[in-house]
Amino acid sequence: MVMEIHEDKIKKLEEMANTLRVDLIEMLLKAGSGHTAGPLGMADIFTAFYFHLLSQKPKDPFWEDRDRLILSNGHICPIRYVAMAHAGYFPVKELDTLRKFGTRLQGHPEREKLPGVETTSGPLGSGLGQAAGIAYGAKMDNKKFRVYCLMSDGEQDAGNIWESAMFAGKNKLHNLTAVMDRNNIQITGMTEDIMPLESLRAKYEAFNWHVIEVNGNNIAEFINAVEEAKAIFEKPTIIIAHTIPGKGVPEIEFDYNWHGKAPNKEEAKRFLHELRTMGGKITSEHQ
Amino acid sequence: MNKFLVKNIFDTKNLEMLPTRDGYGKGLLKAGEKDERVVVLCADLAESTRSHWFKEKYPERFIEVGVAEQNMATIAAGLANYGKIPFISSYAAFSPGRNNEQIRTTISLNNLPVKIAGAHAGVSVGPDGATHQALEDIALMRVQPNMVVISPCDAIEAEKATYAAAFNDKPTYLRFAREKTPVFTTEKMPFEIGKAIVLREGKDVTIIACGPLVYEALLATETLAKEGIEAEVINNHTIKPLDKKTILASVKKTGCVVTVEEHQIMGGMGSAVAEVLAQNLPTPIEFIGMKDSFGQSGTPDELLNFFEMTHPHIVKAANKVVKRK
Repeated sequence: MVMEIHEDKIKKLEEMANTLRVDLIEMLLKAGSGHTAGPLGMADIFTAFYFHLLSQKPKDPFWEDRDRLILSNGHICPIRYVAMAHAGYFPVKELDTLRKFGTRLQGHPEREKLPGVETTSGPLGSGLGQAAGIAYGAKMDNKKFRVYCLMSDGEQDAGNIWESAMFAGKNKLHNLTAVMDRNNIQITGMTEDIMPLESLRAKYEAFNWHVIEVNGNNIAEFINAVEEAKAIFEKPTIIIAHTIPGKGVPEIEFDYNWHGKAPNKEEAKRFLHELRTMGGKITSEHQ
Repeated sequence: MNKFLVKNIFDTKNLEMLPTRDGYGKGLLKAGEKDERVVVLCADLAESTRSHWFKEKYPERFIEVGVAEQNMATIAAGLANYGKIPFISSYAAFSPGRNNEQIRTTISLNNLPVKIAGAHAGVSVGPDGATHQALEDIALMRVQPNMVVISPCDAIEAEKATYAAAFNDKPTYLRFAREKTPVFTTEKMPFEIGKAIVLREGKDVTIIACGPLVYEALLATETLAKEGIEAEVINNHTIKPLDKKTILASVKKTGCVVTVEEHQIMGGMGSAVAEVLAQNLPTPIEFIGMKDSFGQSGTPDELLNFFEMTHPHIVKAANKVVKRK
């Protein structure tokens, strides 16, 4: 079941993840606000999707057979924007417009503004239902594309998520793969202090989901998990991706205070230095 | 009187009575037959919302989500995003009541053609009491950009509205009632979203109504005529986009207005009319509707009477507003 990916390919993806992190810090600095920790932690997963996993045509974002990548926790959109720009959806230069008046790169992503953003999101807990709706429709019509839904762990507090999880389990939506960014932080503290979530595996299994847990900062491991999910035909799959919030910038890793703020000039300078000196050694080798 | 109204319109004893939700059920069948993209979702209320007729005919296109209105809105947003034409069916108190934010973000802001059917709207729900009597749903829906808001006056119009909504390519709210109400329009009555219908012409006052209370407005004209007041009655089935042209043309002639709806006066159809008149043609208005209170248990007649929404109250309001000209 596990597909071997060539080491060179992984190395290239890791370098891309580092490029995305660098551009992310630069765009957040220019924007003056936005979220830092989550996007850094998810850089590897976005790289895996946009540069390896997704069936996509960046120049034809409405191509009807594309895989759908739904971002439920819209606040981490800066990393999606960076990945989309590098994948060819729009010019990298446009990243400078993040959160600025008239931009297509809204503070929280909007479907109507930027082609390729599949759903508008920000208010938490409503991505999984939309992903399940798309998957249900696709299944009705025997469409082959896959639907992915990225969620945060904090948004598992929301009831809507569990309603959607029940729905997907009931309807055996095997074309749906959810990915939970299990980074243990949310805006005001640690997830287990604010509202304990564990055991997430047992909960999703009880809702008739196939559950895989991976190191979400290990690109090879993550890609293998997504490939495994494709081979599960009776259930939707959730990949609980354990990630390090702020990954790549050791001074902010695991610090929930960095959930919802952008770096200032001095901080950005230090962060970029840290990222550049590690050049590509973000995941496996660096641990 | 409009020629497409039934002939025996004031023969209250012999008029056919049907709930507007029946029109929804029939409209779904028609739309479903016309277009395979039509899918119907329900939150454990298939029979009460009359979506069970669709379920019986097109089981493969009927989706039961359980008692989960928030999820129903998001699932429907996903289905519409993919290319389906989803109708979500529940009581208005729960949808668009409970799931308002999901509708705002995933349907209106996404600008997806999900059709929200709110059944059991108004105090005429009756014995179920205040929790189940939606009186704020028009207000909730009409403040959302992109959303179309329709409140049909009888079962026949409800069927036409449902069918039309299936193909307008917009997020749309459809409001239905639980109880049987007079069927006073005919199949031949034209229906176009956003086009209000003048049911009776008059020169002294314009009564603008929506939902089954349109019939009460027509009943009021009988008494008013005897008192020497010729009332114009507009069936304002589409609250958004509002048919400013028809409303302004009528009010220019009559110079005063009574609005009639089974909804909170604040934020409802009357408010929408007042906004247009305040800006274009300041006019005295009286409002028939809920006066900032919740409903309660009782028979529909008892409740409509207690909350002053029947034809004698409309007559009183018309007399009052005519004097304010």
